[in-house]
Amino acid sequence: MEETPGSHPPGGDDFPPGDDGCTRRRALNAFLASGVVATGASVAYPLGRFLLPPEQAESAASSVVAGDKTGPFRPDDFPVNTGRIFKMGSKPGILVRLPDGEFRAFSAACTHLSCLVSYRADKKVLWCACHAGAYDLTGRNIAGPPPRPLAAFTVNVKGDEIIVSRGS
Amino acid sequence: MIARIAAWLGERLPLAALRELASHKTVPQHRASVWYYFGGMSLFLFFIQVVTGSLLLLYYRPSADHAWESVQFIMTKVSFGWLIRSIHKWSADLMILFLFLHMFSTFFLKAYRKPRELTWVSGCVLLGICFGLGFSGYLLPWNTLSFFATAIGTETPKVIPVAGEFIVKFLRGGEEVTGATLTRFFAWHVAILPALLVTVLGLHLAFIQAQGMSVPIAVKAKPRPLPFFPNFVAREALAWVLALALLASLAAFFPAELGTKADPFAAAPDGLKPEWYFLFAFQTLKLLPATVMGIEGEALGVFALSLAGLLWVLVPFLDRRSARGEKSPLFTALGVVALVFFVGMTIYGWKS
Repeated sequence: MEETPGSHPPGGDDFPPGDDGCTRRRALNAFLASGVVATGASVAYPLGRFLLPPEQAESAASSVVAGDKTGPFRPDDFPVNTGRIFKMGSKPGILVRLPDGEFRAFSAACTHLSCLVSYRADKKVLWCACHAGAYDLTGRNIAGPPPRPLAAFTVNVKGDEIIVSRGS
Repeated sequence: MIARIAAWLGERLPLAALRELASHKTVPQHRASVWYYFGGMSLFLFFIQVVTGSLLLLYYRPSADHAWESVQFIMTKVSFGWLIRSIHKWSADLMILFLFLHMFSTFFLKAYRKPRELTWVSGCVLLGICFGLGFSGYLLPWNTLSFFATAIGTETPKVIPVAGEFIVKFLRGGEEVTGATLTRFFAWHVAILPALLVTVLGLHLAFIQAQGMSVPIAVKAKPRPLPFFPNFVAREALAWVLALALLASLAAFFPAELGTKADPFAAAPDGLKPEWYFLFAFQTLKLLPATVMGIEGEALGVFALSLAGLLWVLVPFLDRRSARGEKSPLFTALGVVALVFFVGMTIYGWKS
């Protein structure tokens, strides 16, 4: 503890620089700086990793039985010219029954800003209320800001169940 | 570049005055100067608590249905979640430990004497707030141990005459410890008490800045001044790095436990103990007989401990000798009694 500030000669004065010009002060500064950087990195890395949410086990199922929290939809109870949102794994899908009775299913997230689309029975389009976007019944973007068509799913009716699958 | 930014700021803020202040600020150097570092250590650990606590908030859910599960999620699923929670828990323990060292060293060096009475009182308030943070934080994982410890801890004020019932109900947010208590403790833990703490801490630091460090009465020669910046700051920084290393080691080798989820309708488990800094009070109350001279033992114990606490806060106003700059052996002796009682009862409570 016996120390008077400034009593030491300025760094390196009593030790002449080596052949490469490295003084004691420079060497100590380098050690100190690398220590600070290493400590900072070992604090920052766990903190950064903690901030990233862990991967959630997402439903990898490529096909689902269309339904919502009231249970699976039944083909007999699905009126024509209507559409309903269902869960395609963890993402929303929309199942539409065309006026001729055919089922079609699409991703329900608007390609503009991911609002959920709904079926407009009066215009017979998939409608995004957020910014007045519209898609036709093949999923093609036909009006408003949406930049891309809605992804289409394959629909199969098997007995009482409506099966929706990704891809063809 | 840095010089240009400094110049830009200097035209708008009184930087030169601050630099002037920093260059003249000194810390006295004498054989007891080592005790000057413990307040800063506690402050460092408080910073750690703010950082790790804020991080835990990203995943914690304060409800009886989700609290335990969300802590389990933090411990098992979130990257380094176990580390952040373990550091939060260990840093809390170390912070209280360093606060005790800071308080007792302040007491024995009589640093509370005139003109620093208010610094002492504000420090006592800070310790009380930290007790509250420890007590409220203990319940948040909603495990069996914390549930029953909280049930006991919040039951104790019931012996207080007249106001007892009200205090218990106020603490619990109802008659019993339930999900309502959890929500309430969460609010105290993350909002109300931290806000109070920062306010009182600001006062505490302002007092210290205004009055400088106290020099013990026994140091007769004028102590050599050590420049605050960079000498004292560099030493304090070294202490902080050591504290960080200690924390990381404790958290890695002794991670915080989760226990089993609280079940309000299960029988109280064996080995129920409060946090170590409440053990001395817990053990004292446990040792008292049911009745002492016709008075309920528990009530007498709570009264005696409260009175002792109040006297402890008022010590700067009671110790007239040290206020005049004279040696004050009576208060040193009282401090020894308090320290021995505290340490003895804590160890006794730990062992039993």
